[in-house]
Amino acid sequence: MKQSSLARPRSLGISATRTLMHAILYATLTLGAIVAVIPMAWTLSSSLKDSAHIFTLRVQWIPDPVVWRNYVDLFAKLPFPRFISNTMIIVVSNVISAVLMGSLAGFAFARLKAPGKSVAFIILISTMLLPSQVTLIPRYIIFKVLGMIDTYWPLILPGWLGGGPFEIFLFRQFFMTLPVELDDAARIDGCGTARIYWSVVMPLSKPVIATIGIFNFIWAWSDFFGPLIYLNSMEKFTLALALATLRRSAEMSTRWELVMAGSVVSILPMLIIFFLGQKYFVQGIALTGLKG
Amino acid sequence: MGALVGGRQIVAPGSGTPRTGRRVFSKRERLEAVQFYLLIGPWLLGFVGLTAGPMLYSLFLSFADFDLFHAPRWVGLQNFQYLFMSPHPLSILWKSLGVTAYFTFLSVPVSITGSLVLALALNARIRGVPLYRTLFYLPSLTPAVASALLWIWIFNSKYGLANAVLRSLGLPGPRWLTDPYMVIPSFVLMGLWGLGGNTMIIFLAGLQGVPTHLYDAAEIDGAGAWQRFVAVTLPQISPTVFFNMILGIIGSFQVFGSAYLMTGGGPEYATYFLVFYIYQEAFKSLHMGRGSALAWILFIILLFFTLLQFGLSRRWVYYEGEQAR
Repeated sequence: MKQSSLARPRSLGISATRTLMHAILYATLTLGAIVAVIPMAWTLSSSLKDSAHIFTLRVQWIPDPVVWRNYVDLFAKLPFPRFISNTMIIVVSNVISAVLMGSLAGFAFARLKAPGKSVAFIILISTMLLPSQVTLIPRYIIFKVLGMIDTYWPLILPGWLGGGPFEIFLFRQFFMTLPVELDDAARIDGCGTARIYWSVVMPLSKPVIATIGIFNFIWAWSDFFGPLIYLNSMEKFTLALALATLRRSAEMSTRWELVMAGSVVSILPMLIIFFLGQKYFVQGIALTGLKG
Repeated sequence: MGALVGGRQIVAPGSGTPRTGRRVFSKRERLEAVQFYLLIGPWLLGFVGLTAGPMLYSLFLSFADFDLFHAPRWVGLQNFQYLFMSPHPLSILWKSLGVTAYFTFLSVPVSITGSLVLALALNARIRGVPLYRTLFYLPSLTPAVASALLWIWIFNSKYGLANAVLRSLGLPGPRWLTDPYMVIPSFVLMGLWGLGGNTMIIFLAGLQGVPTHLYDAAEIDGAGAWQRFVAVTLPQISPTVFFNMILGIIGSFQVFGSAYLMTGGGPEYATYFLVFYIYQEAFKSLHMGRGSALAWILFIILLFFTLLQFGLSRRWVYYEGEQAR
């Protein structure tokens, strides 16, 4: 540790100042952590209250009685399993299409030469900043003309038509960090481009595949705007949309504990995914930020 | 002829391009080009069919009257006239632009400063950073709908947690979501809950990329902690700040979910954000022409701000590789 006589504070010794700073830091961080967690704890707590106790003026943290039945009611009164499986259809398709289509296109940008490639790349980058609203209405019209309103197609197709520019970009950035020598070695062994993609590049790309898979899972699970405009029949609703509709239904607004229970159900998978794939989060977000 | 390495022709210098100026593509290069376009084909198709095409169509629609049941009818600037110059009571567009701008320019600086502060705290050499980082990140994992429902509940004037806490401190509890002056600050407060999310992680990564020898050099020169922050940290992370600012402004301008789920655009249009307005016009009133016009207004505004930021960035964003002025 380099010490400088000019930097020594006059009032306290260095170590005392440091300890004080650390204490303040810990206190602030702990406070922040509590603030971050409280709303979720509150949701959980509210979801386990019964109708009589949920609307109280006094704050009650531990429900009394603890009504586990709320969750049973939720699954019984409303087709929650249906909502979940609906959502899974969309989520799984989006995850697969994002990884597959994104990596294929990213591979092309990273490894192949072609005339017009730089133009294509510029187009890719500019679409990343495009606000989606400007394509919203015509897309709806297109899907209406194709008779796809109230189906899952509008929510699935875009992923397969090249997925998102972000995915392609991330894959490209990652692939460019893989040495070209690997490709060359494979080619000398007689591999064609397809083999190189499948057997050489992709197996080495597990981190970025995991990251993109996770982020798409989270996004597709939480998305409610797409389902909002494209789905009309309730039995097709996704979990997010169902919850949003729940809020407005007269019956449910008096049974707020069920609404809270529904929220918990929608948050849970996100937490599970996060804890399973933690390291990919920081890595993935940093990848977007630093190369951006 | 030249050697063949990695499938690419290595041609002896001077023997390459024929003097006609037209490049001769080897068989290998042609194959590669075909493969390239094959691989980006789906994306290109999607771009033309779901992005570029629709963009042009919506531009056309913004000059038309279209309600999905009759053919679009050209009306020239009428949509824009209605939006900008409606006399009664006050054109909704101006109100909408106002509240969207208010929300954006309140929440973006707050969230960037807040995430930066958090990132700085987590960057300090203390124990337990991974735990804190996890806890801070959790709120941003909550699906938007769940989060909205949660905060409706917390902000409930009578039974909500927020006012219960305030009451226990002897303070009056405001009408968070039903008072036109409180509602946008309430949304910003809600945004603070998600401070430990992606923005902060990006800042953390940026902070960890600052070379420590710069700090050491500054310390030797006698710089105190604050000076080190201003002279070393800030310039080094300015690209990250820039990145987060652009994304922040673009994102905030597109706020929709909270308005739809929590306030329905009210009270008294206080949360009638631009995208909410687009939704109302296009999907509720089926004024698809007006909706498209609004979408293009949004696009132009965002384009303007993005270009503005890129232009201004020359002044304050410091890139490591550049020569000092």
